[in-house]
Amino acid sequence: MTSMSRAARPEAVIRAPAKQGMIGALLPFVVPFALALVLPFSANDYWALIATRAAIYWVLVSGLNLVVGFAGQLAIGYVALLTLGAYTTSVLAAGNVLPPIPSLAALLAAGAVGAVFGVVVGLPALRLRTFYFAMATLGFATIVTQIALAWQGVTGGGIGISGPTFPAPFDSPWGFYSLCVGIAALCTCMSANVAHSRFGRALIAIRDAEVAAEASGIFKPRLLILVFIFAGALAAVAGGLFASLQTYITPDAFTFDLSILFFISILIGGRGSIIGPLLGTILLTLLPEFAAPLASWSTFLYAALLLVIVLAVPGGIAGLIDTRRRERLDSDRKVQPHPAALGCLLPTIREDRSLTLENIALTFGAVRAIDGLDLAVESGRVHGLIGPNGSGKTTTLNVISGYYTPQQGRMTLAGAPLPFGRPHLRSEFGIARTFQTPRLVGEATVIENVMIGGTINGRTTFAEAMLSLPRHWREEKALAQDAHAALESVGIASLAHVHADRLQHSELRFMEIARALMARPAFLLLDEPAAGLSPDEIVRLGQLITAISDQGTGVLLVEHHADLIFDICDHVTVLNLGKVLAEGTPADIRVHKEVVSAYLGG
Amino acid sequence: MLASIIASGLATGAVYALIGITYNTMFATSRVMSFTAGQLGMLGGVFGSLFMVVWGLPSLVALPLALLGCAAVGVVTEFLAVRPVLKSLDKHLYVLSTLALALMIQQVTAIKWGTEPRPFPRLLDIGSGVLDEKFWLPVATCLLVIAALEYLYRRTLVGRAFIAIAEDNFAARALGLPERDLRIASYALAGAIGALAGFAGGELLLAFFANGPLLSFYGFVPVALGGLGNNRGAAIAGLALGLFQQAANFLVGGVFASVAVFSVFIVVLLAAPQGLLGAAAARRV
Repeated sequence: MTSMSRAARPEAVIRAPAKQGMIGALLPFVVPFALALVLPFSANDYWALIATRAAIYWVLVSGLNLVVGFAGQLAIGYVALLTLGAYTTSVLAAGNVLPPIPSLAALLAAGAVGAVFGVVVGLPALRLRTFYFAMATLGFATIVTQIALAWQGVTGGGIGISGPTFPAPFDSPWGFYSLCVGIAALCTCMSANVAHSRFGRALIAIRDAEVAAEASGIFKPRLLILVFIFAGALAAVAGGLFASLQTYITPDAFTFDLSILFFISILIGGRGSIIGPLLGTILLTLLPEFAAPLASWSTFLYAALLLVIVLAVPGGIAGLIDTRRRERLDSDRKVQPHPAALGCLLPTIREDRSLTLENIALTFGAVRAIDGLDLAVESGRVHGLIGPNGSGKTTTLNVISGYYTPQQGRMTLAGAPLPFGRPHLRSEFGIARTFQTPRLVGEATVIENVMIGGTINGRTTFAEAMLSLPRHWREEKALAQDAHAALESVGIASLAHVHADRLQHSELRFMEIARALMARPAFLLLDEPAAGLSPDEIVRLGQLITAISDQGTGVLLVEHHADLIFDICDHVTVLNLGKVLAEGTPADIRVHKEVVSAYLGG
Repeated sequence: MLASIIASGLATGAVYALIGITYNTMFATSRVMSFTAGQLGMLGGVFGSLFMVVWGLPSLVALPLALLGCAAVGVVTEFLAVRPVLKSLDKHLYVLSTLALALMIQQVTAIKWGTEPRPFPRLLDIGSGVLDEKFWLPVATCLLVIAALEYLYRRTLVGRAFIAIAEDNFAARALGLPERDLRIASYALAGAIGALAGFAGGELLLAFFANGPLLSFYGFVPVALGGLGNNRGAAIAGLALGLFQQAANFLVGGVFASVAVFSVFIVVLLAAPQGLLGAAAARRV
């Protein structure tokens, strides 16, 4: 088979499932929005009220979903931003501080204020762990209500303030309903666009595989701040609409129960899904209406639902309606790398570059993990790094990829100094890596996992992705093609649309290599890629690694399988107790006395 | 005035510290921060009022009953919200499962007990003014609990087993320690400590369902500032928090006092995420 037909194949493969996936993914959205369109024909004002409320809640939840469901940040106090938006809109529209402005302008202003405070509420997430962050958002929720109560001159204190009224045609119950449903539909599109862009994939990567996300060049603070801006703005707009629906607001209207409703809607819906939380929001809004005698127990019901979901159905509604998860997989499938496909992914690097470590020393307390290490990885060569357990192999990889900062020494890349630390910048320097235990996003498909590796190549902005502008589409298409080429070359293209948590261990190892290749690395660090592979697979892995280095990429290979090392390496360094015990060609090492006695055995 | 600020500050601070110790006790054997800690404190007050005011039992009978009741709630927490989560891969789910359980406890209390604060009787009827029992009782209880826990952890075999599990769960199990039973026991103990907090602080906080989330938050502040798992740190931070809160309350008024407490909490945590007396983070790669 020629390399031409190889290159053409990936595209043909992705078309079909992508299109099916698109229709399949859109179908569930059609039902609630079709219902929303026919509802006005009922002419029942009570239904208008309930449906409007559901639409408003969804405006908030659609933004919060990216924070909770995608980024995995447990923000349980989002009622704070709803309150803020409600008061900002009401106060600006009523004009009791500044001259009154039109309600729709006040709503937009509230969105801007919400964007700012969304970041303020979210900032602790950049430093704090899960429970701490949950507590911090809870604290915000309490404080905002107390301020609303105390700041009587502006908010009317406990007496309250009237909500904004919107101009015709939005002044009747059904007119207002259509406004809210329209905004809700817009928010659905925007959040879905973000979710299906490189930003959405990066968010899930932060949630499930933070270390791998960093190595792929994803900078968590920047990404989270963008999402907090988005979620904060939507929450505040929802607040403005909520104030109008209530017609009159007091701090009592913003109970913590609302926060719980928003939060639980997302978890009941399922993490990492858009349709699930949408259905969850509708369900939780309707629940107390259908079960009127249970109205006072509604919070109890929400909480019980949450407990059941967490313990019994971790995938939520989205997991239940996703049929792809249950499709049978071929049980005797094989990983069959096609190194020829590498050509359409990796640029051929011809100039010689090297990654060097000079006199690196790193201590953990009294342990000298690396003790004056010199190492030079050349482009286009496979450099083996072997040694007994605890000799500092993985630690060396972690120093190169920026997770550890050594106390002494220096690193250079192509002659220029390579700074210590800052793992998220390594991808930009052309350094990619895999991990000893595969770091993956189990809930995402294989191709999505691989596309995470290409995040660094994206140029479109968050706003472009949110509005799904043409440049975003072109980039997504190119990224998907690259990912297919990567999967094709490592030999798991047939599994592209399978959820990663269903893969076998050996397949995950190849998937990690595919993800690393997406960054088109000049240097690839592999941490025990052959661990857990069958002898056949190890041979194919060896061919793949050789082919990668033939493209001009320098490979640093940490491995315990001596056969693999001696078969494919151009140069081998043997570590012992953090120091170089020996180095040279495989032939030299094989007969080196100390290496044989310390490590290889003989 | 200063004396009454100090008295009420130390008293509320001691209640916060006790809730912090409740958090720590549950955390030690399970690595789980449970939202139910504050609810246990709230239940201590509600049980006390129920047994003494409604049922008319003497305090010497009501106290053990309240301790038993909260210990039972602690064990239920372990069964429903902690054990299933420890089995699953995503350990962070404990935030959600314990939150769910805490909300359920609070809602049941609100419906069965009522949403109005109800009175808590005088226990010993000793002291008046700033030396009133409602001020010194929480402080004394807090000191007593810390001393008892120190004795338990340092001098008894069971206590040492607790520490072994907290230090290294796998090694402790390899040694044959009954990890699961010890975890249940620590949840029962945490329940009892929470009950003591609510009981001792009952005259100050009353028997009120909304104390739950309040105590969950203010009890967590000492844990966060004092360092996770550090009881002495929690006590110091708790008392400091109480004094700071009461002083701010007096100087700038109630609303801005909570804003001040919250700001200090956030700023300190952002500056030192491990707490002022806590240990460094584990390795990630």
